[in-house]
Amino acid sequence: MASYSTNEFRAGLKVMLDADPHTIIENEFVKPGKGQAFNRVRLRNLKTGRVIDRTFKSGESVEAADVVDTEMQYLYNDGSHWHFMDPQTYEQFAAGEAAVGDAAKWLKDQAICQMTLYNGEPISVIPPNFVELRIVQTDPGLRGDTASGGTKPATLETGAVVKVPLFIEEGEALRIDTRTGEYVSRVK
Amino acid sequence: MLERIRAFFTARGVLEVETPALSRAGNTDPHIHSLAVSSGRELRYLHTSPEFPMKRLLAAGSGDIFQICRVFRAGETGRFHNPEFSLLEWYRVGWDHQRLMDEVQALLAWVLDGLAGWYPPRRVRYRELFHATLGLDPMTADRDMLAAAAMAQGIILHGAGLDRDESLDLLFAHRVAPALPEDRLTFVYDYPASQAALAQIRAGSPSVAERFEVFWGALELANGFHELRDGAEQRCRFEAERGRRRDRGLPDVAQDERLLAALDHGLPPCAGVALGLDRVLMLITAAGRIDEVLSFAWARA
Repeated sequence: MASYSTNEFRAGLKVMLDADPHTIIENEFVKPGKGQAFNRVRLRNLKTGRVIDRTFKSGESVEAADVVDTEMQYLYNDGSHWHFMDPQTYEQFAAGEAAVGDAAKWLKDQAICQMTLYNGEPISVIPPNFVELRIVQTDPGLRGDTASGGTKPATLETGAVVKVPLFIEEGEALRIDTRTGEYVSRVK
Repeated sequence: MLERIRAFFTARGVLEVETPALSRAGNTDPHIHSLAVSSGRELRYLHTSPEFPMKRLLAAGSGDIFQICRVFRAGETGRFHNPEFSLLEWYRVGWDHQRLMDEVQALLAWVLDGLAGWYPPRRVRYRELFHATLGLDPMTADRDMLAAAAMAQGIILHGAGLDRDESLDLLFAHRVAPALPEDRLTFVYDYPASQAALAQIRAGSPSVAERFEVFWGALELANGFHELRDGAEQRCRFEAERGRRRDRGLPDVAQDERLLAALDHGLPPCAGVALGLDRVLMLITAAGRIDEVLSFAWARA
């Protein structure tokens, strides 16, 4: 198995720690002029998302994590798993709820997502930054209603609920920013 | 900055010197890694500080000397580290580390002129500072006590445990230095004898190394010694360091026999200090990273 020495540490490097894959968020080199050098490292557990701080003696090595970020096309949901395909190799991957998480509510057939594979298994899915989804249900906008701040809830085809301006009607397609979950514009 | 430094020493009658950057001997300190360069027929080491040849000049009767030079330390890259950096190193004959601290303070006052609010600096013994911050006596605490203190401080170390001095370094770097008052100088002096490096040890209970460091906030700027003059003792320290290198699987480094010969011949009583000039420039320019004060940092050199 490949390993990395502390002097190769940088943000984004994927390493094994406590038997889980982690990504390095920050790496600080701390060295007294005449003493032992340390690397003070902040890492995120790629499985749980938990952020931890660790100190390494400089010069030590840590095992590399077999983690790959790759583009995947979303295919369908079979009730328990979300199925994706690598558009380069046509290889298919089934991701469970733990890996898909909040991305589920933005996933529409054919969408190109970012998937993180650990030992060949999906551990996280990031939806496209912008998705276009159709409204399946929203109440008719009431003219002059400003008490609700000029917005109303709308349910999208994937089940996600977003706030939309009052003039938006059922059946329209919307552009949504998945990072904030906010309405961006109508799509003609 | 460089003009001010030269004016300072000219006014005080300290002679500017140059010594070779490439030497047959390297630095045996297991925490400092010399870069080796092939000269075609043999391997030479880029100096990690000009200390050894400057001491040879002192032993030859040079009197007070200073040098401004680039030095090289492999593997030191970070927010405050670049493997190639500038040192100001100087020696005062007949002085001890206390008197030299006064001069470091005077030099920094002159160079940092206009940097508001930093005066006066604080002076504190290593032992008192460590105890005040962590409630632990660094001179007597054993390895297990230090490990427990690190644990209690929430410092989680990856991998194998540390020896006593490494544990002191861990706590000092993670908790003691960061607790120093921001935006002002602190002089820390009289280090544990086990961390003497090239300083004299003053007998007592406990014995202490006549060594000091200068910090700006948590940032180390300088390291100075009331210099060790005993050639036999220096030889023992070199050999002990090479032993520690062997234990850690680090490459052996040729020790400086010419320095040892100079010490045997006789080094006058003196104190010396090395000041990191890139970091001083960071203070003057309010830079957040050493890269900002280098023309081309390591990654772009």
